[in-house]
Amino acid sequence: MMDIKEIVKPENLVYGKSELLIDTIMHYCPGCTHGVVHKLMAELIDEMGLQEKSVGVAPVGCAVFAYNYIDIDWQEAAHGRAPAIATGISRLNPEKFVFTYQGDGDLASIGAGEIIHACNRGENILVVFINNGIYGMTGGQMAPTTLEDMVTSTTPCGRDVDLNGYPLKMTELVAQLPGTSYVTRQSAQTAPAVRKCKRALKKGIRNVLDRKGTSFVEVVSTCNSGWKMSPAKANKWMEENMFPYYPLGDLKDGEKGNPVSNN
Amino acid sequence: MAKVRGAVVVDTEVCKGCELCVESCPEGVLALHLEVNSRGYHYSYMKNPEACIGCANCGVVCPDTCITVYRVKL
Amino acid sequence: MGELRLMKGNEVLAEAVIRCGCDGYFGYPITPQSEIMEKLMERQPWTETGMVVLQAESEVAAINMVYGAAGTGKKVMTSSSSPGVSLMAEGISYIAGAELPCLIVNVQRGGPGLGTIQPSQADYFQSVKGGGHGDYKMLVLAPSSVQEMNDFVDLAFELAFKYRNPAMILTDGAIGQMMEKVELSDYKKRWTEEEVVEKNGSWATTGKPASRQRNVITSLELDSDKMEQNNLRFQAKYRRMEAEEQRYEAIQCDDAEYIFVAYGTSARVCQKAMEIARDKGLKVGLLRPITLFPFPKNIVKELAPKVKGFLSVEMNAGQMVEDIKQAVYETQIYRKVEFFGRMGGIIPSPGEVVDALEQKLIGEEK
Repeated sequence: MMDIKEIVKPENLVYGKSELLIDTIMHYCPGCTHGVVHKLMAELIDEMGLQEKSVGVAPVGCAVFAYNYIDIDWQEAAHGRAPAIATGISRLNPEKFVFTYQGDGDLASIGAGEIIHACNRGENILVVFINNGIYGMTGGQMAPTTLEDMVTSTTPCGRDVDLNGYPLKMTELVAQLPGTSYVTRQSAQTAPAVRKCKRALKKGIRNVLDRKGTSFVEVVSTCNSGWKMSPAKANKWMEENMFPYYPLGDLKDGEKGNPVSNN
Repeated sequence: MAKVRGAVVVDTEVCKGCELCVESCPEGVLALHLEVNSRGYHYSYMKNPEACIGCANCGVVCPDTCITVYRVKL
Repeated sequence: MGELRLMKGNEVLAEAVIRCGCDGYFGYPITPQSEIMEKLMERQPWTETGMVVLQAESEVAAINMVYGAAGTGKKVMTSSSSPGVSLMAEGISYIAGAELPCLIVNVQRGGPGLGTIQPSQADYFQSVKGGGHGDYKMLVLAPSSVQEMNDFVDLAFELAFKYRNPAMILTDGAIGQMMEKVELSDYKKRWTEEEVVEKNGSWATTGKPASRQRNVITSLELDSDKMEQNNLRFQAKYRRMEAEEQRYEAIQCDDAEYIFVAYGTSARVCQKAMEIARDKGLKVGLLRPITLFPFPKNIVKELAPKVKGFLSVEMNAGQMVEDIKQAVYETQIYRKVEFFGRMGGIIPSPGEVVDALEQKLIGEEK
């Protein structure tokens, strides 16, 4: 029988914390997808040697403190305005890797105008869009992406589409815009899904470095506090309820200038 | 008989006991400890260390990046 | 002697922006200031100095583009007119809270609401008292000629960077649209990337090298003790502006018994009104605030003991008059402070200003 101490040696390390992830306890709830996606961004910026080139734009919402977790320069945006801020940074600093990190309340509701126009101009940025169908930080209210009949604190009887309209598919919308070159929908609930999501984010970053226009990576996520489920149950609920409405996969992978999917 | 052996080290103070690592482990290595850390969370630990193959699934899915994974070829 | 031209105020401002080494302009069309972006687009400064000019989808987006670009330590600006500046109020508050230097130009029109496209000074309060949420101040410069539309651009940027604070040029549709002779400034080079890092690398998001901590541009601080410290730091900065940056022009104030106080277009009207009044034998001077924040209250306090009263002449319902009253109050001596103004896009005539002087200040004395 091999002793654990003989395995736990630096030369045997296969998975550890990226140096760009700051040594602090994240404020997120247990099991929150934000932690996973933060980790992926930190790993990629680290692995691709982009620390000195990167400027992140943090949203308003649960990820408002993203700048406390990844060791790069950051700007904190007003609610929904991250794509405009990223535009300002990127236009004046075209050699930088600029990305926004936004939730569904931020991106799909109050910032719907800014994201559409940034994508339509083909701003050379990566947009990381965390869609968990709810407002997490303010306490679980309905988001534009909340599913029909889904219970939130402002739809206590479930989302009534006659009253509140329909769940908004932002990713399908921006895929129609000629300014985007890569539009994909991912998830991060299992190890294979996380690995796939990382490949998608990497492609998005590559596209920014290659000045290919806007890359848009949605990550269908959970909000187990807002959904009032355990993390494991939330993952299952997401697979059963979110994925049919928000199907995973690439919507567009091509060149700027094409209005529709060409994959 | 497995050709590899793995081991995971959990930073128990950072762990929030979300249990996603337990769910992701193909070999049933991990479980939540009956004890809690200083913030009151049941932390993850290797309940069946001999079964670990060092696949790193637990580390990959961990939202708090509190799992380090090691592997040796036998 | 610089290059002499006959130009429109708005166009001169655009020209001055290019010449002062500005790195970026983000704007949205609105009357009566659209010539600024039109002139910039026509001049294509990106081919000449490398300056970026971008038409945003809204004023909200424009001011946030300014936030992002200013956060990288570069010289950036926007321009708009009253309703558009209201839309920018959110972004301006964030810019002030994150302590970013930038230039915002407001070519005022009459309000409230959609109001009129004719000139106005009704955004005085919005500009000098805050405008958005939270306790913040902007440096506010008020040009009263096309020449000053040129000169104040460089000054505004200089002050903005000196204090890491948004600066505003507050003008109106009359000065924006008026043509006058102007001596254009000489070209200044844009800062190189190295100069930006050298000047502003201690706080700007220029990309984190191993040699420094990461820079974060934010106005957020959930810890109340720390947030109060931030506010105290801001207030100390605003007091320093008040101590060091009061600017004004005093015209024939030495022997004056009555003082017109007016800025921008209404100061031009008052200059003529002063001539008419002097022809009538009335000893009238003109105090023209150049900085509206900080308000030049020291000169008001200095003049107060020597004069019989002040008449604030504004194109609004009476806003700056409150700052004059405050300054006079601080002298602890009583002097009359009256107000005359027109609203809705009307520019007062010199004659009615003299009438107001006689009725409101002199009349009651008799």
